[in-house]
Amino acid sequence: MESETTMATMIQTENLKYAYPAMEGEAQIFALQDVDLEIEQGSFVVVLGHNGSGKSTLAKTFNGVLLPAGGKVYVEGMDTADEHLLLAIRQRVGMVFQNPDNQIVANVVEEDIAFAPENLGVPSAEIRRRVDNALAAVGMSEFVRHAPHLLSGGQKQRIAIAGVIAMEPACIVLDEATAMLDPIGRQEVLSTIHRLNREKGMTVVLITHHMNEAEDADRVVVMDNGKVTMDGTPRQVFTRIEALRNMGLTVPDTVDLLDRLRKDGLDVPLDALTVEECADAIAHAVAVK
Amino acid sequence: MLKDITLGQFFPGDTAAHKLDPRTKILLVTLYIIALFCAKSVVSYGLLALTLAVCVRISRVGVKALVRGLKPVLFIILFTGLLNLFFTPGTRYLVEWGPVHISDTGLHNAIFMVLRIMLLIMGTFLMTYTTSPISLTDGLERLLNGLKKLHVPVHELAMMMSIALRFIPTLIEETDKIMSAQKARGADFESGNLMQKAKALIPILVPLFISAFRRADELAVAMECRCYHGGEGRTKLHVLQYARRDWIALFLGGAITAGVLVLRQFGL
Repeated sequence: MESETTMATMIQTENLKYAYPAMEGEAQIFALQDVDLEIEQGSFVVVLGHNGSGKSTLAKTFNGVLLPAGGKVYVEGMDTADEHLLLAIRQRVGMVFQNPDNQIVANVVEEDIAFAPENLGVPSAEIRRRVDNALAAVGMSEFVRHAPHLLSGGQKQRIAIAGVIAMEPACIVLDEATAMLDPIGRQEVLSTIHRLNREKGMTVVLITHHMNEAEDADRVVVMDNGKVTMDGTPRQVFTRIEALRNMGLTVPDTVDLLDRLRKDGLDVPLDALTVEECADAIAHAVAVK
Repeated sequence: MLKDITLGQFFPGDTAAHKLDPRTKILLVTLYIIALFCAKSVVSYGLLALTLAVCVRISRVGVKALVRGLKPVLFIILFTGLLNLFFTPGTRYLVEWGPVHISDTGLHNAIFMVLRIMLLIMGTFLMTYTTSPISLTDGLERLLNGLKKLHVPVHELAMMMSIALRFIPTLIEETDKIMSAQKARGADFESGNLMQKAKALIPILVPLFISAFRRADELAVAMECRCYHGGEGRTKLHVLQYARRDWIALFLGGAITAGVLVLRQFGL
């Protein structure tokens, strides 16, 4: 029986394959092999994987930066391989990259955020409204006339996010957008996207190799060798400690601690992900003992 | 060290000179240059110098800053002046001392030539001092819009210019980092003759270029992701609009230029 879902599909991939051009005489290596994913509207999905697992390649197929070598990618039912739909697709799925310096185009913050709506031919008054809204959404309103190169890394990345929000997309994909930031900057960016997801219902796809960024996600997808190897809630994924370690990934510190306590004979659950939950679980186990 | 370079040399302000539409200012500077090259007499030069003085006064840009702008071209000014002074044949010679001759036309030409270059440079600098590079590019794009029909890539040129301006501080910062990194590995940029100093720049330039290309690549993808597809159908956050002050300024500029042209007809 087909289950009736209330959520609509944002992005769907079918047997998605991708191969980077191979050197002469070498066998082609597929960066993506038969990826079938369905990302629901309004969800917060984290894609994890170590370097070379294909997670960034996957992200770039979501708005037609890379086109599939086999299979299909659909954004709200639109095929990314259809050139006529490319602008519409990119307007729906915004993308933020690793280095904020290389995605900011103007030397005044408001001009940069206006870039995308300007490209879309939005009337001036509406651009003004979108710029102000986008800046408010990332909490950077007071920097409207600033020069981006004088901001901190986290602030720059929030400007880059605002630049994408100004398109009014339904989904935002962050391709290792926190990798170059310091812990404070990373926290700024993460709380911004969590708020966008919660308050505006924006679909978020966060590509990362930091385990603890996945703790609050609705869903975690783990990639290895161009394939999806795990897919589930953070609790389901992170309790598979051995499988994660075999893929060269670490588990969150809390799970690691609980795992070691269990091995030493303490009866604690494995799936207490946050620090508070973990502390409660240990306290409980010690009290029972 | 490298961060001290002031580029574009824009002094933010809120005066009438700052508020003028960039197109107006570009047109006014063009008119001013035409007038300067048509001016022949003390009267017209006086008129043009007075015009500049009034504009400087309105803009509240310090005279010091304006004079500082002349420094890099001091050599050219001196060279032109001296060349005119000594090598213009004339009817009457004021000084004849060995091989050195100074004729009356020579003196006349030298003074006016130096004056002309100085006014020209200060007039142009006044524009860049009171207009941000972004609005200057914007103004140029709009002014040259008509050339699009002749397949001149006006939008692309303006986009290139504004991206270049955007990346100057980023690349300067990068150069600083690369220099520090190479110094940490024992590179020496200070000693040696000119040849050796030039060679020492190679380990800076190669990584700088590689990184610039990588940045360009990433920027292009990021721009495409933000729906950039050329100038077609593009709108603007800030639409340039002529205000009353622009028409007044253009009228005055036109009147002064016309005045200089009329004076020229009378041999003044």
